[in-house]
Amino acid sequence: MPKKSFRQAVNEALRQEMERDPSVVVMGEDIAGGMGAPGEDDAWGGPLGVTKGLLARFGRGRVLDTPISESAFIGAAAGAAATGLRPVADLMFVDFMGVCFDQIFNQAAKFRYMFGGKAKTPMVIRTMYGAGFRAASQHSQCLYPVFTHIPGLKVAIPSSPYEAKGLMIQAIRDDDPVIFFEHKAMYDDEDEVPDEAYTIPFGEANFLREGEDVTIVAIGRMVKFAREAADQLAREKIDCTVLDPRTTSPLDIGSILESVRETGRLVVVDEANPRCNMATDISAQVAEQAFDALKAPIRMVSPPHVPVPFSPALEDEFIPSAEKIGAAVRSVMAAPARRAA
Amino acid sequence: MQLNRDDLLRAWREMRTIRAFEERVHTEFAAGGIPGFVHLYAGEEASAVGVCMHLSDRDVIASTHRGHGHCIAKGCDVKAMMQEIFGRAGGLCAGKGGSMHIADISRGMLGANGIVGGAPPLVCGAALTAKVRGTGGVAIAFCGDGGANQGTTAEGMNLASVWKLPALFVIEDNGYAESTASAWSLAGDPVKRAEGYGMPGTRVDGRDFFAVHEAAGEAIERARKGEGPSLLHVKLERFFGHFEGDAMTYRAADEVARLRAERDCLASFRRRVTEAGLLDGAALDAIDREAAALIEEAVSEAKAAAFPRPAELLTDVYVSY
Repeated sequence: MPKKSFRQAVNEALRQEMERDPSVVVMGEDIAGGMGAPGEDDAWGGPLGVTKGLLARFGRGRVLDTPISESAFIGAAAGAAATGLRPVADLMFVDFMGVCFDQIFNQAAKFRYMFGGKAKTPMVIRTMYGAGFRAASQHSQCLYPVFTHIPGLKVAIPSSPYEAKGLMIQAIRDDDPVIFFEHKAMYDDEDEVPDEAYTIPFGEANFLREGEDVTIVAIGRMVKFAREAADQLAREKIDCTVLDPRTTSPLDIGSILESVRETGRLVVVDEANPRCNMATDISAQVAEQAFDALKAPIRMVSPPHVPVPFSPALEDEFIPSAEKIGAAVRSVMAAPARRAA
Repeated sequence: MQLNRDDLLRAWREMRTIRAFEERVHTEFAAGGIPGFVHLYAGEEASAVGVCMHLSDRDVIASTHRGHGHCIAKGCDVKAMMQEIFGRAGGLCAGKGGSMHIADISRGMLGANGIVGGAPPLVCGAALTAKVRGTGGVAIAFCGDGGANQGTTAEGMNLASVWKLPALFVIEDNGYAESTASAWSLAGDPVKRAEGYGMPGTRVDGRDFFAVHEAAGEAIERARKGEGPSLLHVKLERFFGHFEGDAMTYRAADEVARLRAERDCLASFRRRVTEAGLLDGAALDAIDREAAALIEEAVSEAKAAAFPRPAELLTDVYVSY
């Protein structure tokens, strides 16, 4: 199978869906780039080159550069979706949700319910998230818990190039609004990615490794770190399950519970700030529904409750690591077995 | 666009239906039968009807919190609207939207909107759909003088111009954003804002149905020809409060009575068409009776209609589950 980068995987998904369905359009700031400027067409192909080449293939009618007006074009994507297109809007950094969130959570997310089931809003918002780029506090956040909180939105967070292509094609074909999170530090990651189009269903977690001792649930980029930690722990004879939920809305809580019932121990790894993040949400659901199965307290591995700092010395300290995950797993293994009631 | 007798009768029927609907919702709300927040359009009818007379189902409008008039003018079912406002299962949105969210996408009504300035970006999208699909449709954003001051309106106008969308922005300036006078809150001249975004802007008197109809017709024709968006600043009057229950202490004591006497777009229309001999009073009176009967039926049916079943709480959050 051919190796492709995360960037190529998303590009290929967009290209194949635009070829398959003429109602798919892409829009965003610099989505081609250089609009109205004297230099090259498709100068950027998206801020990180993800949409490069779509302009040449599909033209200005379907590859729509926008002014820096997130409210206008994210709202336009919602309005276009409700009236028959399948727009994929590029919200360059998820941190920019602050200037367009109304269009997402009060408009797009609400149409179907608020209009009595008579609206469909098949839009995708692609957005970059995550720390590690020395991009500081306004360009490094995760924020997917905020979107997960909103009924009516779906949230996909691919953990590899293979996942990115399949989840993106699913997102475009999905009839609900989907927020699609791309970690900015993963674009050059490579993976085996099939040439043909394929979908990965939402709400079905992926078991990357199965072990008897501890369940590690990890989100997005943290999946890679969790696998690294599990490899190290295996050498210490600690046998981990690594589970990637793939989507936080819908969330495959069933698979998480099933795994915790087998291992009795849970570590949740989430790059989002620790208050009301996916780790707290998953931990609460497991505590509520599988308390009897737990042999040790649940552990959450998240950054501290601070903005993402700029200095590499501080940012590296902020981001969860394989070492921190390993330490959390060792601590749940060391916890004394809970006395039966 | 010339208005023939049928057009005039239709305009009168729609404006009278809106007025009767709103006057009745006012009394029903006061009587306690209607839950939630209600914002009435009475006094502004010539704007919704004058604009929407140019539209068909392929055209899309998006409205405001004061949306009943736009819904009726765009062809939403009046009885289903009334059921919606009463929170009944047979409502246009199955009782899940209420007064502020009445929508019927099959009729090109993309929703009243509880967020001031909600419509302009959405309308850019609806206009984009028309442009990409080549339907010949246009999309129209209604917003108030309050909504005109939202960034969404500024961004929407800019994007519509940049993308040369078949769109129209209608600023219905009823003098008040909630309790705050537009004379104070609307800096400069809204028509000049249009100029700033490279689109034609026109001011019309919302008391004058014919002026609205003509100005909207020109803007809509321009949009249909692919010449881009326009702005219409309609000066009109709000006969009720911002919301039902608003004591309107911010208005002059005799202000509403004076506006009803001097600035009623329905009275103006009736005088104009009867004096010109275009329609006779009897034909108009007959429509008045029919509108009243329709609203009477709508209210009695709404009151007798079933509420949604509790299980409906969980349905229609997503398409797929």
